[in-house]
Amino acid sequence: MSKQVGENAVRVDAYDKVTGRAKYTDDLCDRGALVVKVCHSTIAHGFVKAIDTSEAEAVPGVVKVLTCFDVPDIEFPTAGHPWSTDPAHQDVADRKLLNRHVRYYGDDVAVVIAEDEVAAAQALRAIRVEYEELPFVLDAQEAMREGAPQIQERYKNNILAHSDVRRGNYETARQEPGLIKVEGWYDTPTVQHCHIENHGCFAYKEAGRVVVVSSTQIPHIVRRVVAQALGLPWGKVRIIKPYIGGGFGNKQDALYEPLCAWCSTQVGGRLVKLECSREETFVSNRVRHAIRTHIISYVRPDGTLVARKLEAFSNQGAYASHGHGVVAKGMNAFPQLYPCPNVECDSWTVYTNRPAAGAMRGYGIPQAMFAGESHIDDICKAIGMSPLEFRRKNLMPVGYVDGFSKNELYSDSFNQCMDKGMELLDYQRKYQAYQNQTGPVRRGVGLAVFWYNTAVWPISLESSSCRMVLNQDGSLQFQTGETEIGQGCDTAYSQMVADAVGIPLSDVHVVSTQDTDVTPFGTGAYASRQTYIGGFSIAQTAQALRERILNIAHEQTRMPVSNLDLVDGQIVRKSDGRILKSLGDLATESLYSLESSRHITAETTAQIKSNAYSFGCSFAEVEVDIPMCRVKLLRLVNVHDCGRLINPALAEAQVHGGMSMAIGYGLSEELKFDPKTGRVLNDNLLDYKLSTFLDHPALEAAFVENPEPTSPYGTKALGEPPACSPAPAIRNAILNATGVAIDSCPITPHILYRKFREAGLIQE
Amino acid sequence: MYDIKALYQAKSVADAVALRLAHPEAQIIAGGSDVLVQMREGKRAGAELISIQTLDEIRGVSMDDDGTIRIGSLTSFSHITWDPLIQKYINVLGQAVDQVGGPQIRNIGTIGGNTCNGVTSADSASTLHAWDAIIELTGPDGIRRQPIHDFYIRAGVVDIREGEIQTAILIPKESYENCFGHYIKYAMRSAMDIATLGTSVNVRLSADKKTVERARVAFGVAGPVPLRAVRAEELAAGQPVSLELAERFAQAVKEDINPRDSWRAAKDFRIHIAVESAKRAFIESVKLAGGDL
Repeated sequence: MSKQVGENAVRVDAYDKVTGRAKYTDDLCDRGALVVKVCHSTIAHGFVKAIDTSEAEAVPGVVKVLTCFDVPDIEFPTAGHPWSTDPAHQDVADRKLLNRHVRYYGDDVAVVIAEDEVAAAQALRAIRVEYEELPFVLDAQEAMREGAPQIQERYKNNILAHSDVRRGNYETARQEPGLIKVEGWYDTPTVQHCHIENHGCFAYKEAGRVVVVSSTQIPHIVRRVVAQALGLPWGKVRIIKPYIGGGFGNKQDALYEPLCAWCSTQVGGRLVKLECSREETFVSNRVRHAIRTHIISYVRPDGTLVARKLEAFSNQGAYASHGHGVVAKGMNAFPQLYPCPNVECDSWTVYTNRPAAGAMRGYGIPQAMFAGESHIDDICKAIGMSPLEFRRKNLMPVGYVDGFSKNELYSDSFNQCMDKGMELLDYQRKYQAYQNQTGPVRRGVGLAVFWYNTAVWPISLESSSCRMVLNQDGSLQFQTGETEIGQGCDTAYSQMVADAVGIPLSDVHVVSTQDTDVTPFGTGAYASRQTYIGGFSIAQTAQALRERILNIAHEQTRMPVSNLDLVDGQIVRKSDGRILKSLGDLATESLYSLESSRHITAETTAQIKSNAYSFGCSFAEVEVDIPMCRVKLLRLVNVHDCGRLINPALAEAQVHGGMSMAIGYGLSEELKFDPKTGRVLNDNLLDYKLSTFLDHPALEAAFVENPEPTSPYGTKALGEPPACSPAPAIRNAILNATGVAIDSCPITPHILYRKFREAGLIQE
Repeated sequence: MYDIKALYQAKSVADAVALRLAHPEAQIIAGGSDVLVQMREGKRAGAELISIQTLDEIRGVSMDDDGTIRIGSLTSFSHITWDPLIQKYINVLGQAVDQVGGPQIRNIGTIGGNTCNGVTSADSASTLHAWDAIIELTGPDGIRRQPIHDFYIRAGVVDIREGEIQTAILIPKESYENCFGHYIKYAMRSAMDIATLGTSVNVRLSADKKTVERARVAFGVAGPVPLRAVRAEELAAGQPVSLELAERFAQAVKEDINPRDSWRAAKDFRIHIAVESAKRAFIESVKLAGGDL
């Protein structure tokens, strides 16, 4: 039997995408659609007292202007989490379609619906909003102080949530004589996903229902949120998700689908479209949580961790979105990654007047790894131990089982990944050679590992459904609720289907579009879950389809099922390997049979009650031009153990993308806020310094393949892990090069200038 | 979809001048890489435009009879970079404009637009200042020429008078002969960026390459408009070539520059980078001129 899993199959969407045939949301929207534009607040905090729309309504081409005084009095949650039937575990509902209580500079207060973009833009400029301004706060720790502006009425001191971890007795353990105390504060920035296709959607009414076509990662979840926001029965909403130009977690949230759907209902169900500009994408979609982390470690001189404390303050921004799950994930990784008998961890998620933070590739782990892995190198510096040796001694050992998730480290992933990365970069030799350099330009190497786990069980539901429909020629269509968002899951799934059913890859047709009216339920693309989770429902549905096929083969060939197999699209007699008939002949005969016509399909749901660790590391080599305050990244190597590779070429591409994102996180990207107004200063791709090809070295991806025993395909997370460890590896390489420990990212020339002056490397 | 009130297509320079007089409120558009961005942002929404895009008579690089290098205002950045005259006589200008934006912008963006914007960060501007460029304007009364230093009035404002359009940028022979220069664009990333600081230095050495006859240095983003650091230039003139001179020359630029504190970069940081860039660009220019350091 030919095996597709493990091969570099060409992406199933490659030709359509490179020739421009692939349809994205805007390609599908009728050109006659009305245009919706959102009026955003020009204050960071306060109340809308009045809105004068008269001038806007007078602009030729304007159909309607709606404001925060017109929307349904319904607060709804937006996070792209599976719904929980337990009210205690449901996402926080803290926003309306348009808001009178304005909570960040850029909040949504009104909309214009017009016949074209120019009329909409002219009307937008003509809207007059009168505010009652309130003080605002942009920093999480400041927002927790008594007397800070109250952003969400129900949350005292703006604390959305707090959680903790306690192991052993930190206070007692740290009293041990001879311990070395290492303490640090680490800051990570507010960044944005910068997917190439801005979020957009269009909506219309059909047969009394609302249809929304959207650039989203999570169509089934968005259906539920739109229904909740509009106060509709869930069955009255239909969501269609075509190809999308990336999401990285921003589109793992209901963004403007509810507002767009509501706008259609306000103009008699006419077709309306709402497309975000890049500026709106930066400010009024979602961002990554800026997290400030305080870590104290008590270490014996031999490198044994005795007691550790972590406090993390997560900047939620104005609305809960994904909320506390993000910082909690990072905090929970802390005691697992470097097990220590005495640990105290606390994390807070705090409302501020920044844009709402949601899901973003890595979901709290890039922040946690920047803090945690920077701190490990600070420990190494303090006790004079090599970063590699310290990690070998202290990282999670083989056989470790997490009590909550029951995740187990089955293989020696960390050491194997570090061995590979070390060898590729010649790390050991360079680490020694780069100690104690002098001169203006110096080189350094750095290492960081990462912790990640796959999917969301047992915190949330994990389930996936799959449908397969056999055609007369023996080819099939399959559908899942899991979404292609550019990462390549349609291709990986097609390879899995080919192997599981026993047909050639060319006979597998994926239905890429999700339409909640016809696509089986699945929660979508997030948590690096799809290859792992989707694999279960594909394997199970393929098994069901094979059983049906072989039963019909038995009827058609009179051979017992036990002696039949389906191999490469042929019905084979197992005892002698003879091909009895093709699957196409079987399907045709079955469908057109005058005795018992049957259309051959299968559909199943797989619930998954497991989860898998996915670990790896990054090695970086930098050249630091001290007088110019500039870091040149010479090499970056990522090594992953994500189990068995379904498609090595796509896996490598996935790693490259994550590394690229992490280079920006480490060196250049951050949203900047005007301290006087709370406005985002750099809401565009010129001033927001997304790194370019010229800022990248050749990206090097390597793998260690220990098949994951809980997965039918031996696979586990790879979507987010590549973005988790490069930033601290770069930071640690700068430490190796210059001896200067940077405590925040991005490590821009502005930061290096201050730090190099402090360290006496630059004199004025 | 752009909010454009009217578009007038100029058929010749004379026609452009007539259109300017007929529609004094209208904005000139050449490549569009700045004007259209501003219209999209709403800043020039509803504007009338006069397009000079098709006026080939002011496109291209040539040499006048007296040896002056003439760069037509509509010449795109990529054409400047690849032009043989530029490569032979003022290669640094080609290198500087090759760092504007990305390839698409360099194909549509023009040097005329770059200078008429009057912004301090323009990659062409510091080099044109350092090479004493002359701006040629054509108006109802004919041609008017003025040094680029005088063309820049203040941030975002240049000296274009009623009915005028900029038609060429001229580099006199005396300015470029035996001169070698180097431009350092200091930006937050290696492409698709605007300069945090731009430094353009050029030198002319004595025949034996031992002495600096003339050194010129100009900066972008070291003040509201591009500016020359004349005290550093005076200090270097006539001095023997040495690393120590490079250091003193660089330190002296602080006497003339005046960058501001902004959210994009702090003043002290910009000054630090200006000094370091001046030193490096001076050393590189001397090496290009055949000097030994």
